[in-house]
Amino acid sequence: MADFQTPQMKEFPIIPDLQNDATSHLSPFIAKPNHNEDIGFPGELVDNWEEKAIDKMGDLLGKYRSLRVYLDSCVKCGACTDKCHYFQGTYDPKNMPVARQDLLRSVYRRYFTFAGKFFAKLGMPGIVGAREMNREVLDEWYSYFHQCSQCRRCSVFCPYGIDTAEISMAAREIMDSIGHGQKYCNEILGKLQKIGNNLGLPEKALKATLAEFEEEIEDETGVEVRIPIDEQGADVLLITPSADFFAEPHIDGLMGYAKVFHAAGVKWTLSTYASEAANFSMFIGSYSNMKVVAERIRKAAIDLGVKRIIVGECGHAWRVAYSFWNTTAGIGSGADENDVYAQQLQKQLDHSYPIPQHICEFTNDLIEKGELNLDKSRNDHRVVTFHDSCNVARGSRMGTTPGGQFDIPREVIKACCNNYVDMEPETIREKTYCCGGGGGLLTDDLMEIRVKGALPRMEALKSVVDEHKVTNLAAICAICKAQFAKVLPYYGFPMDMITSTHQLVKDAIILPGEGEGNDDDQEENED
Amino acid sequence: MSFLTGFYALLFYTATVLFVVGIGYKIRQYATTPAPLKIPTTPAPITTSGVVVRMAREVVLFESLFRSNRWIWVFGWMFHVALALVLVRHVRYFQDPVWELIVLAQPFGKYAGFAMIAGLGGLWARRIFVERIRYITNPSDHLILALLVAIGVSGLGMKYVAHTDIVALKSFMLGLMTFSFKPLPTDGFLLIHLLLVAVLMIIFPISKLLHAPGVFFSPTRNQADNPREKRHVAPWAAELDK
Ligand code: SF4
Ligand code: SF4
Repeated sequence: MADFQTPQMKEFPIIPDLQNDATSHLSPFIAKPNHNEDIGFPGELVDNWEEKAIDKMGDLLGKYRSLRVYLDSCVKCGACTDKCHYFQGTYDPKNMPVARQDLLRSVYRRYFTFAGKFFAKLGMPGIVGAREMNREVLDEWYSYFHQCSQCRRCSVFCPYGIDTAEISMAAREIMDSIGHGQKYCNEILGKLQKIGNNLGLPEKALKATLAEFEEEIEDETGVEVRIPIDEQGADVLLITPSADFFAEPHIDGLMGYAKVFHAAGVKWTLSTYASEAANFSMFIGSYSNMKVVAERIRKAAIDLGVKRIIVGECGHAWRVAYSFWNTTAGIGSGADENDVYAQQLQKQLDHSYPIPQHICEFTNDLIEKGELNLDKSRNDHRVVTFHDSCNVARGSRMGTTPGGQFDIPREVIKACCNNYVDMEPETIREKTYCCGGGGGLLTDDLMEIRVKGALPRMEALKSVVDEHKVTNLAAICAICKAQFAKVLPYYGFPMDMITSTHQLVKDAIILPGEGEGNDDDQEENED
Repeated sequence: MSFLTGFYALLFYTATVLFVVGIGYKIRQYATTPAPLKIPTTPAPITTSGVVVRMAREVVLFESLFRSNRWIWVFGWMFHVALALVLVRHVRYFQDPVWELIVLAQPFGKYAGFAMIAGLGGLWARRIFVERIRYITNPSDHLILALLVAIGVSGLGMKYVAHTDIVALKSFMLGLMTFSFKPLPTDGFLLIHLLLVAVLMIIFPISKLLHAPGVFFSPTRNQADNPREKRHVAPWAAELDK
């Protein structure tokens, strides 16, 4: 394993003593010129970047009320200081949300506030916490704004709802605008915009993979379940993270969706052009990139003539889909009469279903209507707990009532399993802890921060493992799944504990016609 | 008109103008800066009336703070509620006759001054003794606390140590409002108190005290969670649709 110490799990989390600069050495690889240029940013750190960064900050201050209000309003009350999982795992004070904000706020105060300018003239900017923009500041931004997974836990606890995610997005956008981008996010976004998914999987490979999954399901159930792609005139377009096509445990989730669609008799399709739900543009704060990516989905929906759009298991993708698709691409309802852009798509879609709809909403509706034949006992070898993914929990919703995003996935799981337990109330639902790998941190160069940031979730998990013999940690986010598969072993858990929520559905569901014609399989199952 | 009366009259006019214009400017800036994306922290209300209730709970009860840190909540809430009572009590210096409601509030306002200082003391102690909060504290945070404590102490001083001629003070204040200047009593406590209040008004729009208007403009708290039902596009973002 790596050259850092996995933090000790404690039974009762404590607020650690500060360790200055404990993770100042951690920053991700810098993007290569083509990574930046491919998505519209300068290739390398530009001349006069100090000035240009300040200009960009001014631009963003005029465009985002959140930034404006949040930079002014913090009273340094300290309520957020102990709420960030990266602080809890690293003890580095700059990972306290307010301190992270201050890295940007100090520059804001220096250049955009009367107090900052005034005390800078007197030679004492520090009185009001103002700082010059310089290399040291830029390096600090690069490190610590890439040690924020933009999970928004801090925002739940701040008396003004100050959302550090908004600040770290702005900081990353400023850095991108001066040619100081992060490799992982920018490279992925380039691939997505060129090929259609984060991995750069070409059409052929995609189709071959789906054919394999079809075979696998047939081998297992004896039922022919199709996983269609690019099918003109399907009712439903499924947009899912590309990890669902190749990674463990994601693929089991995909096979789960396929079985559910099959059982419901819904005509559905994937799209090669829009074969990615993830939209890393949000992580780098880039509205224009986010729009470009969302428009691919819009185009796919129009081209394929679908009536509904359903999103697979992915956390930030669901936030973007639920909260931002309507805004950026008109994928939703309620566009003005004269909003030609959005009208085109909105006329085509069937508004008796939510647009977009989450796969858990879809499955849960079927469960409520009694349209799925689920055999819970098929999951009896498991004791399951659920990890609320941060972007679903704090940035989006499901169903028709506030908080539906907490209940619906749990309902789905409980309909498929007899053994379900929740983790500590302080660590789930809107107070959930990030897996440690969100926000564009899911890269090997940030392994140390990923492992340390996972600490609070691992502690909560350990307590249900010890008390209730939990065997599976279900999630509905591609990043959470990938992160946990990597990080669980650091804490002594088996990596295959992490489970796609729809894998539980996949295992419990009895397909129409299943077992007919191959009685042997049936008997085996019943044993 | 004595020099002192003239000085304080001028000070209060200046402070009032800076306060009103400064806050007005900031509110206008917040209100006119677009919020291009729907970012309510969930679970969020899905209707506007729900948002009003959420906001009221935040502003009146400090609900989020209550969930995050009981000590900060106790001191912070105590300070703010006491401050509100004290402010209500002060309204009588600007009215003749005084509203019934303000008269009713007087007895509470009397003791609120102590609660206010106790709350501030608690917050200040945390700032000094809790390592994390010490780390995020700037000198200006201490200065604002010092200013508020000094305002509270000098105010209590006028009531409990060296009694100020309230009748004369009131006629000075009413005079300020009608531009017919009446002499200001020359008590030490009063002069300090008024001076510091003026300073507070002046720094209000250029300091973290902006959290007062800011809380109402926080998109994570004041947005209804209805992005699927209603297309939400900021003017600058709508340009990109063309
Ligand atoms: S958004 Fe999450 S990761 Fe970022 S500072 Fe807040 S709690 Fe920490
Ligand atoms: S809780 Fe909010 S106001 Fe308090 S220090 Fe943190 S960001 Fe600032």
